[in-house]
Amino acid sequence: MITLAHLQVLSAALFCVGLYGVLARRNAVLILLAIELMLNAVNINLIGFAAFVDHEQFVGQVLAIFVITVAAAEVGLALAVLLRLYRSRASVRVDDLNMLKW
Amino acid sequence: MTVREALLLAGQLLGLLTALVVVVLSLIWLERKALARFQNRMGPMRVGFHGLLQPVADALKLLVKEDLVPTWADRALFWSAPLMVFVPSFVVWVTIPLAKEVVIRNLEMGLFYIVAFSILPVVGLVLAGWSSANKYAMLGSLRSAAQLVSYEIPIVMAVIALVMVPESLNLVTIVEGQRTVPYAALQPLGLALFLLAGVAEVGRTPFDIYFAESEVVGGPFVEYSGAHWSVFFLVEYINTFVVGVLVALLFLGGWTFPLVPEAAWLGFLWVVAKTYLVVLVMFWLRGTLPRLRVDQLMSFGWQLLVPLSFANIVITGFYKFYRWPGWTLTLMSLALLLLAGWLVYRRQTRPAAATAEEMLARARAYRRREA
Amino acid sequence: MTPSLFLFYAASALTLGGGMGVVATRNVVYAALSLLASLMGVAGIYLVLFAEFLALVQVLIYGGAIVIVVLFALMLTRLRELGGPMEHRQWPLALVGALGLFAVLAAAIARTGVPQGLERMGPPVAKVGASLFSQWAVPFEAASVLLLVALIGAIVLARPGGRD
Repeated sequence: MITLAHLQVLSAALFCVGLYGVLARRNAVLILLAIELMLNAVNINLIGFAAFVDHEQFVGQVLAIFVITVAAAEVGLALAVLLRLYRSRASVRVDDLNMLKW
Repeated sequence: MTVREALLLAGQLLGLLTALVVVVLSLIWLERKALARFQNRMGPMRVGFHGLLQPVADALKLLVKEDLVPTWADRALFWSAPLMVFVPSFVVWVTIPLAKEVVIRNLEMGLFYIVAFSILPVVGLVLAGWSSANKYAMLGSLRSAAQLVSYEIPIVMAVIALVMVPESLNLVTIVEGQRTVPYAALQPLGLALFLLAGVAEVGRTPFDIYFAESEVVGGPFVEYSGAHWSVFFLVEYINTFVVGVLVALLFLGGWTFPLVPEAAWLGFLWVVAKTYLVVLVMFWLRGTLPRLRVDQLMSFGWQLLVPLSFANIVITGFYKFYRWPGWTLTLMSLALLLLAGWLVYRRQTRPAAATAEEMLARARAYRRREA
Repeated sequence: MTPSLFLFYAASALTLGGGMGVVATRNVVYAALSLLASLMGVAGIYLVLFAEFLALVQVLIYGGAIVIVVLFALMLTRLRELGGPMEHRQWPLALVGALGLFAVLAAAIARTGVPQGLERMGPPVAKVGASLFSQWAVPFEAASVLLLVALIGAIVLARPGGRD
């Protein structure tokens, strides 16, 4: 029997894996991948609640659609910014991208 | 799912795989014969009666060839890229109905399932080019990904405009809704968009610049040989057949229009006949049109097909919302199609932007700058 | 072990395994592919929760668009990592922080009395679509404007030879 607690624990675990990735990785693209993991963890939580609790209005599913949309837009834009930075600094390591002016 | 049901499903999938291989062999023979006739020659005649065993000979040759793996290639990705291209192309067949009852699993969102899983092979192509440790393969794979992702948009928009008419994503419902009028008569623009974008998605001429032998020596597939490459070859023909089947089901009426046979196997034959007709049209396009350059390809997709596909959705929306009769949609669709054709004609027949002397001077200046 | 429970555990294993692959592997292309595997696992979880439309949207958008864009970016930023560690020097601190957060969240989940409602069939696609266009029409329009802005911004930023 799958319960809501199963889903919440899975969502928390995925969120923490993504959090570790954001905090520990050096390559900016890999940080972006870890952010995607965190967004997916949030989505699992939303849809879990929509499936178990919210049967008439399924708000969780609609919100998950919006989260996916915003994540797609954010990835595209973030990668464009990273490409621009790579062209001017020749590096995507966040250690080298730490000066606010050059 | 009981063990019996699981065994039945496994048997169905195995049968599907066998049928697909047989279909691919027939398509290889048909393509070579059709192209030969278009080019006023005979095609394969020696291997078997009128070359009917030629595909078998081709398959044997490919399987026996040495499998070369480049030294610096990433072996895991090199081996798994053909798999990542093949599996989604095979998986979409689970929900394609070939007659009213002949379908492995008829999903309520079958068409969306097909669209979603037909994007995944692009990842496999990108990995194929990346893992080959070859700069030209990488460039080819980037180009192929750009082309496939660009032409995904007109396909999805054409499918959206099509789905607005029967208001269902269920393939059986869509086909059954065409008992009297096929959607090709209702949305000729949608048919043109789907067919052209489908040809571009499969990577057939005139859209095969990303792996054309005379241009980029195979693009992302340049380091693949023998049995590895045969998977890509197989997938190309399976995709051709999928595009043909989808056009037959979505636009030409599947097993219903114009005759509605009662027996299931007659309906199956009817669908297969229509599919082969569409596939012959795709071979015809290959035999007639020259290859598009990559910038021509991208501008054709983005500047012509994408706005047309949005316009298609808008006119279908007008038809549905104001409940106009069907012929208004046909008229609007044909008007847009003629407008697009006229624009292409004007673009093709306008005088060149620079004279021959100017182009020669530019070419010389470029070489001088290089040296 | 019902089939849906088995599917749930398999999809969770794929999701979490892929997630660990994203944050732990040295090869960046393997990280992107682990993300693909993880997201397909998440699509499996959506299937278990009867959200088929969301599962297909997940496959379509994440598998078909985001992973491809990420692979492009990885390939264009010369990702053969020329030596050097993949993590910061403070990665143990990050590990402690992540584990600590998980412990706090798990304890909160265990202590909260979450309603144990039964799973039922999810809403049909038509209802989700109808609610997107009626009750959620304003966020829908805002999301489309957001996508347009992101598209234009990405094109402007990634153009070659722009002013620096």
